Amino acid sequence: MSDRSHILARVLELIEPFNKKGVDVSEATRFAQDLEWDSLTVLDFVANTEDEFDVIITMNMQAEIETVGQLVDALEKLKA
Amino acid sequence: MTDLFSKFDPLIEQRAALLETGITDPFNLVMDKVESPTVAICNGRRTILLGTYNYMGMTFDPDVIAAGKKALDEFGSGTTGSRVLNGTYGGHKAVEQALQDFYGMDHAMVFSTGYQANLGVISTVAGKEDYIILDIDSHASIYDGCALGNAQIVPFRHNDIEALEKRLKRIPKDAGKLVVLEGVYSMLGDIAPLKEMVAVSKANGAMVLVDEAHSMGFIGEHGRGVAEAQGVIDDVDFIIGTFSKSVGTVGGFCVSNHPKFEILRLVCRPYVFTASLPPSVVATAATSIRKLMNSADKRAHLWENSKRLHAGLRQLGFTLGTDEPQSAIIAVIMPDLEKGAAMWEALLHEGLYVNLARPPATPAGMTLLRCSLCALHSEEQVGEILGMFAAAGRATGCIS
Repeated sequence: MSDRSHILARVLELIEPFNKKGVDVSEATRFAQDLEWDSLTVLDFVANTEDEFDVIITMNMQAEIETVGQLVDALEKLKA
Repeated sequence: MTDLFSKFDPLIEQRAALLETGITDPFNLVMDKVESPTVAICNGRRTILLGTYNYMGMTFDPDVIAAGKKALDEFGSGTTGSRVLNGTYGGHKAVEQALQDFYGMDHAMVFSTGYQANLGVISTVAGKEDYIILDIDSHASIYDGCALGNAQIVPFRHNDIEALEKRLKRIPKDAGKLVVLEGVYSMLGDIAPLKEMVAVSKANGAMVLVDEAHSMGFIGEHGRGVAEAQGVIDDVDFIIGTFSKSVGTVGGFCVSNHPKFEILRLVCRPYVFTASLPPSVVATAATSIRKLMNSADKRAHLWENSKRLHAGLRQLGFTLGTDEPQSAIIAVIMPDLEKGAAMWEALLHEGLYVNLARPPATPAGMTLLRCSLCALHSEEQVGEILGMFAAAGRATGCIS
């Protein structure tokens, strides 16, 4: 498994407990529109993701992240 | 042409639906006459004020009013200028001295509102490469201060010491860090564990700013706030406060012991590019602040009021924002906006004004009836307030 697919797999696992609507999640899935997450859900998810990857995802970065794929890209960069 | 107002349609519709039910608009109340810090006439009805943040009841203090009138006579109605040009009068220096004396700090800088104090200090102190670590439930003025600047913004879960520490440890060691906290969080009236949070921040090389807007005058031995009450005020780099609550007028400030603090007067845009406070306002503020230094009896009575209202509301069966009264704010949690608005209106009909607070201002999408007590609420008034809550609560089905 490449680093990227490994990160994606872990991100999908982290999304699952917050995927209350049972949305079929892919790299194109959008957090706000498709998963319908509110700001508190985002905070919890970001905190779990930060802990899992031992990184900080600032609000400045979050503003640029709309989809699951974009989050994986950002994590790849943060871990590099 | 795209109507730029289309984006407000959902809110316009929500408001229309709420008002269609025939309810009084909770965000459009007019006070026709104000009799005292605790009583006003609203829609011709005598109303007890329980949602004004007028914690120490200074708005009608005879000394405060006399100082304002004298300044109005001697210095005119306004300064018509910025603090750094023609807008600094003797009164502005006097109120800054009063703040230095009140807090026992070396520097004080007065802004035109509390909102601008947060906006100015946060946006100026934290630059592009710096990090601001803030509680997720921070006030809008703190978020707007972050947005006005260009620092990296890192939020952490409300009052979670471990979450704060984890984030501090992940930020590059040599990066500049500003931790932003509030003494009292105004929505639920809960206080921050400042003792632990300030220690964790300092251990990780961060500067600390604490907004004490809702604690000044009555929390801590000298009324300096939650940081004083928890014994960490000396480790706090910046305290932000306001004149529009306990002080009883309008304006904002920052006090600090930082040796280079005064440079902010030249580089802080929300300080430089706005008109300074009118002479009458700074005169009333200075007089009020000096009186607040010696208000132990009023403080004690305010705490009595807070405890009694908290216990009484709980006994009636309301769900409150905190298990114990932690400040002069008691938040009553409503099941939803419709019930909250109905209860708010029922209270107004009983002759009681409280704040209706709703998302996005509130945490976790809650609708709150926020009560803020005043040191001048009498024992009888607190009894009346509880009676009104009982009647309105039963009429709206909020309690049985």
